[in-house]
Amino acid sequence: MERNNNLHRQVASLRQSLFDQGYVDEQFIELEELQDDATPNFVEEVVTLFYNDSARLIHNIDQSLEEHPLDFAKLDNFMHQFKGSSSSIGAKKVKIECTKFMEYCRAGNVEGCKGTFQQLKREYAVLRKKLEVYFQYARPAGPTDTASYRPK
Amino acid sequence: MNIGSGSVLSSTGSWKSGDVVSDQFPVGLRVLVVDDDPTCLKILEKMLRNCHYEVTKCNRAEVALSYLRENKNGFDIVISDVHMPDMDGFKLLEHIGLEMDLPVIMMSADDSKDVVMKGVTHGAYDYLIKPVRIEALKNIWQHVVRKKKHESRDNNFDQSGSVEEGDRQQKQSEDVDYSSSANEGNWKNSKKRKEEDEEGEERDDTSSLKKPRVVWSVELHQQFVQAVHQLGIDKAVPKKILELMNVPGLTRENVASHLQKYRLYLRRLSGVSQHQNGLNNSFMGRPDATFGTMSSLNGLDLQAIAAAGQIPAQSLATLQAAALGRSATKSAICMPLVDQRNLFSFENSQVRFPEGQQQLTNSNKQIDLLHGIPTTMEPKQLANLHHPSQSFVGMNMQVNSMAQHNNSVIMRMSQSQPQMLSGANNGSQASRLPLSMQQSLSSEGIPGAVLAQSRIVDNARASVYNPVSQASSMVDFSVNQSKELQNYNFSLGSNSSGMSNLTNRGMLQEEANSDIKGSRGFPSNYDIFNDLHQPKSQNWGLQNVGSSFDSSHHPSIQGTQGVSSQLLLQQGISSTHNNGQNRNGPIGKSMYTNGEESGHTNLIGGPRLNSVSRNMLAVKAERFPDADYQSTNFPEQFGQDELMSAFLKQQGSVGPVETEFGFDGYTLDNLPV
Repeated sequence: MERNNNLHRQVASLRQSLFDQGYVDEQFIELEELQDDATPNFVEEVVTLFYNDSARLIHNIDQSLEEHPLDFAKLDNFMHQFKGSSSSIGAKKVKIECTKFMEYCRAGNVEGCKGTFQQLKREYAVLRKKLEVYFQYARPAGPTDTASYRPK
Repeated sequence: MNIGSGSVLSSTGSWKSGDVVSDQFPVGLRVLVVDDDPTCLKILEKMLRNCHYEVTKCNRAEVALSYLRENKNGFDIVISDVHMPDMDGFKLLEHIGLEMDLPVIMMSADDSKDVVMKGVTHGAYDYLIKPVRIEALKNIWQHVVRKKKHESRDNNFDQSGSVEEGDRQQKQSEDVDYSSSANEGNWKNSKKRKEEDEEGEERDDTSSLKKPRVVWSVELHQQFVQAVHQLGIDKAVPKKILELMNVPGLTRENVASHLQKYRLYLRRLSGVSQHQNGLNNSFMGRPDATFGTMSSLNGLDLQAIAAAGQIPAQSLATLQAAALGRSATKSAICMPLVDQRNLFSFENSQVRFPEGQQQLTNSNKQIDLLHGIPTTMEPKQLANLHHPSQSFVGMNMQVNSMAQHNNSVIMRMSQSQPQMLSGANNGSQASRLPLSMQQSLSSEGIPGAVLAQSRIVDNARASVYNPVSQASSMVDFSVNQSKELQNYNFSLGSNSSGMSNLTNRGMLQEEANSDIKGSRGFPSNYDIFNDLHQPKSQNWGLQNVGSSFDSSHHPSIQGTQGVSSQLLLQQGISSTHNNGQNRNGPIGKSMYTNGEESGHTNLIGGPRLNSVSRNMLAVKAERFPDADYQSTNFPEQFGQDELMSAFLKQQGSVGPVETEFGFDGYTLDNLPV
C-alpha cells in the first residue's frame, strides 16, 4: 500500500510535469477520461497508434523535404494530417511546430520549413520519451489520477 | 433529452428501423465515423461508445459509402473528416445526403472560415473542429432528431394526402418511417438549417400537396440516365424519358423533377471544374487542378453550347471569369472528386437530384412558395437583385429558355446569386440580372432566366462552367427547358422576384463555386425565393403548377407547361420523397440500387414538399414541356455560371459547384456548435 501510494505519487508527479512543461494539453485529459475499466490502457494504446502513424508521416515529410523544388502543397497536406493526429492526443509542443511548419509552407519558405521540421522532430522525440516513462509508471498502477481500484 | 426526442421519434415511427425505444434515445444511436487518421478514429470511437452510441468506424470514404448502401437504415448519423485521401469529405457528404439522406457531421483540424462555410454550403449538419471533445459528440443526436422531426412533418402530409395512388401512398407511408421522412425532412433540414427554414418548412408541410413520392432507386436512376443519354441531354424531355424508361407507375412529373435535379448535378459538376480553373482554393490552401475534369460532361455541353451558339460568349466569359475569380477553389477540390468519380458522382448527382429538389423545396419553403407559405426570405435582397440586373437580364433571358429543368435550380441559384453576384462579380451584376431579367423577359421571353438556369444544370452536367460549357448548359436547357424557362421567366417576370431568381441562378453558380459566394448566396437565395415565391403565389398559383402563369405570359408556351409544372411539382415532391427512401438503396456503383424499392418506383407523391418545392417543381414543369428556346440563352451562360456556382455552393455538394440546389443558403443551421 505504501509502495502503491508512492508509485501513485510518482506517476501523478510525472503526469503533472507533462502538463506543466507544455508537452501535453487538455486534450490529453480528454483521453484519460475516456479510459475506464473496459479499456484500462486506452491512453497508451492511442499514443502508440499515434507513434506508428506519425512515424510514417515523418518519413514522408523527410523525403519530401529532399525534393527540389519543394512541393509545398504536398508538405502542407502531410503536416495537416500530422497536426490533426498530434492535436488529438494533446501533443501541445508538437502541434505548435506543425502550425509553424504549415505557415512556412504557405509562405513558400524552404529554410523555414526545414528548420521547423527539425525542431518538430526533436519535440516529437522528447514527447515520446516522456510518455514512455510515464506509461511505464502509470501502467501497473492503473488510472493515474483515480485509483478506482487498486490490486493489492 | 430523451423525453422530447422520444416522443418525436415515436410519432415519426422508428428511426431505427423500428428498433428504437424512445426513452432510450439517444442511446444506441447508430453512428458511422469516417476518418483516415487512425489515432483520431480510435479516439472518436471510444468517445462515441462512451456516449452509449453504436459506433462503426471506417477509414475510407468508399468503404463508408458501401456500408451505408448495404445497410440502408443501418445508421442514423455519419461523422466524417474533411481531408481524406480517397475522397474529399464534402463529396462524401454530398453522396450521403443524396443517396441516404442521413445527417452528416464534418470534422477537421482546419477551422478556417472557408472550410467551415463549405461544410455549411454542402449541407453538413454540423462542423466540429479537431481535436474533438466528447462534449461535442454527446449532442450529435440532436441532428438526427431534428431531421426526423422535419421529415415526419412531411410525412404527415404525405400520409394523409393524396390518394391518387393508393399503393404508392401506402408505400410511402411505410417508408416514411425512415427513409421517406428522412428525405423530406432531410432535404429541408439539410438545406436549410436555419430556424426560419425549419419554421417555414413546417408551415409548408401543411400546405404541401400530397403526392406519392417516387423513390429513385439505383436501378431506376440508371434507367433514367440511360434514357436521357439515349435521347441526348438536350432532347431529354420528361415525356420521352418516361416512355423510354417504361416504368409502370412513374409519372412524367417524377421524371421531370428528377431530370431537373440531374441537370443541376451536372451543372454543379461542370461548375466546379470551371471554378477550379481560375480559383485559388483558399480553403484548401493548395491549387486544385482537377477542376477541369468534367470531360465527359463537358463534351456534351460544349456541343450543346456550340449548337446554341448564340449566347454571347463574351458575356459569359466575363461572368465566368468573375465567377471563377470569386469562387473559392473549394469547388476545385470537389471537382477532382467529381471528375474522378464521374460515373459515381454522376450517379450520385443523379441520386442527388431528388435531393436537390428537396433542397429546393426546402429553400422554397422558406420562400413561401406558391402555396403561400410564409417565406422567410428577405425581400430586400431581392430588391437588390432586381436592380442591378439589367445587364444580366439580357443575358439571362436568353439562357433561360434553356433551363427548363433548371428552373428550380436556377431559381435557387439565382437567389443565391444575386447576393453572390453583387459580391462576386461586380456586385451589380447579380442584382442586375434579376432586374434585367425581368425586363427582358417580357420582351425576350425569358431566355436569360432560362439560360441561367440551364446553364446551371448544364454546368453540372459537363463542366459547363466554362464559357463554353455555359453555352452547353444553356443548350441543354433549351432542349426542354427553354420553353419552360421562358414561361418560367415570364411568370417570374411578373414577379420581379422571379427574375431575380433567374439571374441569381447564374450568380449562384459563381457563388456555388466559391464558398465565399455561398455565404452571399444565402441571403440572396432566400430573398430570391421569397420574392419569387411570394409573388408567385399570386401569379403562379403553384398549385396549378405554372399553368396559370405560364400561359398567361407566354402565348407561345404550350399548354403543357402548366401541366408539366404540376408534374414537376409532383415529381419534385416525389423525388424528394424518393430520395429519402432510396437513399439507402445499395447503390454500389450504380447510383441507385434497387435497394428497397428495387424497381418499385415509389411513386409517392411528394405531398410533403413544401409549397416551395412545389413551386420549384412548377417551375420546372414549365420548363420541361417544350424548351425550344435554347438558342437564346447565351447570355445566360454568364449568369449560369454564377448561378451554377451559387447553386452548387448552395447545394453544398462536393464543391461549391456541386452543392445541391439551394443547399448553400440553407445550411446555416449546421454551423458548428
